[in-house]
Amino acid sequence: MQVIMAQALLGLNVGVFYAMLSLGLAVIFGLLNIINFAHGAMYMLGAFIALIGYSLLEQWFGISLQIGFWASLLVAPVIVGILGVLIERLMLKRLYELDHIYGLLLTFGITLILQGLFANYFNVSGTPYPGQPEALSGVVNLGFMYFPTYRLFAIVFSLVVCFATWWAIEHTKLGSRLRAGVENPDLTQAFGLNVPLMVTLTFAFGAGLAGLAGVLAAPIYSVSPLMGADLIIVVFAVVVIGGMGSIMGAILSGLALGLVEGLTKVFYPPAASTVIFFLMVLVLLFRPAGLFGKEK
Amino acid sequence: MTNRILFILMLVAGLTAPLFAYPVFVMDLLCFALFACAFNLLLGYAGLLSFGHAAFFGGAAYVTGYVTKEWGFSPLLGILAGAGFAMVLGAAFGFLAIRRQGIYFAMVTLALAQIIYFLALQMPFTGGENGLQGIPRGHLFGLIDLNNSLAMYYFVFAIFLLGFGIIYRTINSPFGEVLQAIRENESRALSLGYDVDHFKLLAFVISATLAGLAGATKAIIFQFAALTSAHWQTSGEVILMTLVGGLGTIFGPVVGAITVGALSHELSAYGSWVQVILGTIFVVCVMVFRRGIIGELQRLISRKGG
Repeated sequence: MQVIMAQALLGLNVGVFYAMLSLGLAVIFGLLNIINFAHGAMYMLGAFIALIGYSLLEQWFGISLQIGFWASLLVAPVIVGILGVLIERLMLKRLYELDHIYGLLLTFGITLILQGLFANYFNVSGTPYPGQPEALSGVVNLGFMYFPTYRLFAIVFSLVVCFATWWAIEHTKLGSRLRAGVENPDLTQAFGLNVPLMVTLTFAFGAGLAGLAGVLAAPIYSVSPLMGADLIIVVFAVVVIGGMGSIMGAILSGLALGLVEGLTKVFYPPAASTVIFFLMVLVLLFRPAGLFGKEK
Repeated sequence: MTNRILFILMLVAGLTAPLFAYPVFVMDLLCFALFACAFNLLLGYAGLLSFGHAAFFGGAAYVTGYVTKEWGFSPLLGILAGAGFAMVLGAAFGFLAIRRQGIYFAMVTLALAQIIYFLALQMPFTGGENGLQGIPRGHLFGLIDLNNSLAMYYFVFAIFLLGFGIIYRTINSPFGEVLQAIRENESRALSLGYDVDHFKLLAFVISATLAGLAGATKAIIFQFAALTSAHWQTSGEVILMTLVGGLGTIFGPVVGAITVGALSHELSAYGSWVQVILGTIFVVCVMVFRRGIIGELQRLISRKGG
């Protein structure tokens, strides 16, 4: 029982990353109708910004400013978000008239560039992130088991971010404007709302979310150029299972699939890395629009 | 007319290539060219972006490798087994994937292909990270020794021409016309009474089989089935080749495969910079060069003519 609970918690730990990433994808997809293939690379970028900011700034540039974990949580999403603004403004913007696959292909190209750049300077097997804050080291007694404090923090923090995003989109004025922009861009624009700006900021927000997930992941997994590459495909499967219809769908299916993966590790370890893809096949057979998606 | 000239050019270049280039390298290019042509049949003519074609390419390579190495299949039979496997896999993947459209279709194919990748990594016979090694080239029809690199080369060239011919016939047939109609306007094709899903599935299976044919041949050439062949970046590379050469043109994928293949070969000394450069080419193609090399050439010619 203890093993199951432990794996379930670890699974939830993975699940929050799935949830954050598929949430970002869903937000971007909702307004731009583009699947951001570079999402995994942006996650990787977030982790690297944390690593570089903490330990390499001085070594490389002689800047004595050390960006700790807490500051990274703010700095990395902002930098990744700015990159998102540039990508949207300079490139994606010109592709909206065309078939949506061009957006996917463009972001795939960007993925290759980002991965290649980091692979040139860093070991692909990964570098550990040394900056885990003192306050979060150690373990907490949960009654039934001891669990690393940092992981617990990552779970709680991501859940807060995910549900805050959901709340902002479903229950605030800003969110209702966004949804109006998705529903009918022309009409929304006629009402005097700056839709192109909303699109840009949405893309930046989704990208920033991926960057934030990267910073959170850095103390748990080692930081490597390929850390986003395989994750993004799992997240795609999560998205197909959840269906892109709802923000809540992205969050819940991300969490649930993390749990499923964690539990598979207990019962049949070799299948742990593929179980999500098999679930995807099942969902496609019986509910092609996804668990939370609406049939067109 | 242009196509006929290009075809003759391709034939002459293919037949004389081993005289001035390293045969194994040209064979590699031919495999990728066939792979890209098969992919183009799907994206260029039916408008379906599969992001999982590496599963057919790599999967067939493993099957061919296994049956020739462990069961003593002749090379030709082994290649057929590989292509047959890709056909069955293509039917299964296609059946699942056509339930979703557009970019969802791409994501589904990508995720399905990942299952094959994990199987290739974990199954006991595949050699994991090291790949399946020591595949024999064997004798063609029991007579021609394929360890002779010229014999091997012309065998590969014949397979390429066969695959290319099948694709050419498919495109220039009533079936191909319907595919293009689906690409242009799916709902109109549907309202004209065509069973759209059926046509899409058939196109998917043909494309998967020929991609498998290319992968199977590659396994015999290199005597090796590599894990990277099944990795999703290979699916991306074949898209790049098709895009560079010209989407929806008959010769585009061949030109694209040669261009990208030669480029990667030339740049291989620069390590991960290759990825950066390929990524940049990708971005440039999508942004300003969507017709690809052959597509742009055709536009120039028709502009001059008109």
